[in-house]
Amino acid sequence: MSYGRYKKNHPWLYHKKPPLLWWVKKWAYVRFILRELTSLGVAFYVVVLLTYVNAVSQGPEAFAVFSDWLKSPLSLGLHGIAFIFVLFHSITWFNLAPKAMVVHLGKKRIPGRIILIMNYSMWFVVTAGFFWLLTTV
Amino acid sequence: MNHANTTTTIDLEVYRYRPELETEPTFDTFTVPLRSDWVILDALNYIKDEIDGTLSYRWSCQMGVCGSCGMMANGEPILTCASFLKNYAPGPIRVEPLANFPVARDLIISMDDFMEKLNRIKPWIIVEEEKPLEEGEYLQTPEQLDEYKQFSMCINCMLCYSACPIYGMEPSFIGPAALALAQRYNLDSRDHGNQQRLDILSTDDGIWQCTFVGECSEVCPENVDPAGAIQQYKVASTNDWWKSKLMPWGNKK
Ligand code: SF4
Ligand code: FES
Repeated sequence: MSYGRYKKNHPWLYHKKPPLLWWVKKWAYVRFILRELTSLGVAFYVVVLLTYVNAVSQGPEAFAVFSDWLKSPLSLGLHGIAFIFVLFHSITWFNLAPKAMVVHLGKKRIPGRIILIMNYSMWFVVTAGFFWLLTTV
Repeated sequence: MNHANTTTTIDLEVYRYRPELETEPTFDTFTVPLRSDWVILDALNYIKDEIDGTLSYRWSCQMGVCGSCGMMANGEPILTCASFLKNYAPGPIRVEPLANFPVARDLIISMDDFMEKLNRIKPWIIVEEEKPLEEGEYLQTPEQLDEYKQFSMCINCMLCYSACPIYGMEPSFIGPAALALAQRYNLDSRDHGNQQRLDILSTDDGIWQCTFVGECSEVCPENVDPAGAIQQYKVASTNDWWKSKLMPWGNKK
């Protein structure tokens, strides 16, 4: 005689993990994967910047080698791709910002549109500042 | 039943899983009248009454309030009582149980996991010290109500869990609705449970699992915006962390 609860046809749950390519069926998911993937562009710029700083600290010869590489077609191509990546990455994240930021002015909550405009203007000002720095100094 | 105004029909490809009969789910195609005032749930009820009484699914209110009729229609999580057949014409409509959950039978999923998580985030008002009854109610201004009202509209339909790929891949993730509800109580001026909830929400299964796909908010029938709630919570808990490091004497609850 066995004890325990009656089990015949008791729930046998059917559960499957999503397939590896779960994200291809919907644009929103593809966009998400792209946003994650394009962070590689950010990583690329970080590596370039660190290499640059390193080359400067190694003296003029090392710096010359590095700037020659910068002008090579490979580097130009990579920069082109990385730029598109970073642009996509930044814009998709910027557009999400109003959801994360709840800013109050007195009792009123600042609408998302204003937060977006503020973020984009800040981006523009910083970029213009760098542009000025690079072209005039 | 009077189908006088029925001119055409539409096919429903319905997911079947009968554990006593099959180990893998299959699909049955049913042809139902395409009436302009019918939602998918009407079609399922028609199938159950007129074609196959063994079809199993959940429903109750038929008016988008109880949150029990959520299913996938052509791959999108929806409330079947709020989705008109005519929007899917000429069909067919593929009806499946909510994605990312274990299926118990046909269109019925097991919601044990969600119920456990819901409970874990302490979805009730935690007060430090109960006021004596004579002091009256815990009052709140309309502005204080507005802070959390949106997050309190959740009907526990779990559509957001079906839309969340993170939950699909990491079922231990607390998930959108439970996190939004945690935020609903955190933002309530009468509540003092912030710290208790933070201990749960800042674990590996909590807010930091979320990579902001944002689809939970897209599919939510009540505009709860769980994605927003989670990101806001990330910002708030980061700020609190910095405050506690820089101003330890503040000792904010
Ligand atoms: S947050 Fe929205 S989608 Fe998720 S359970 Fe609540 S009502 Fe449903
Ligand atoms: S039956 Fe209640 S929400 Fe659809």
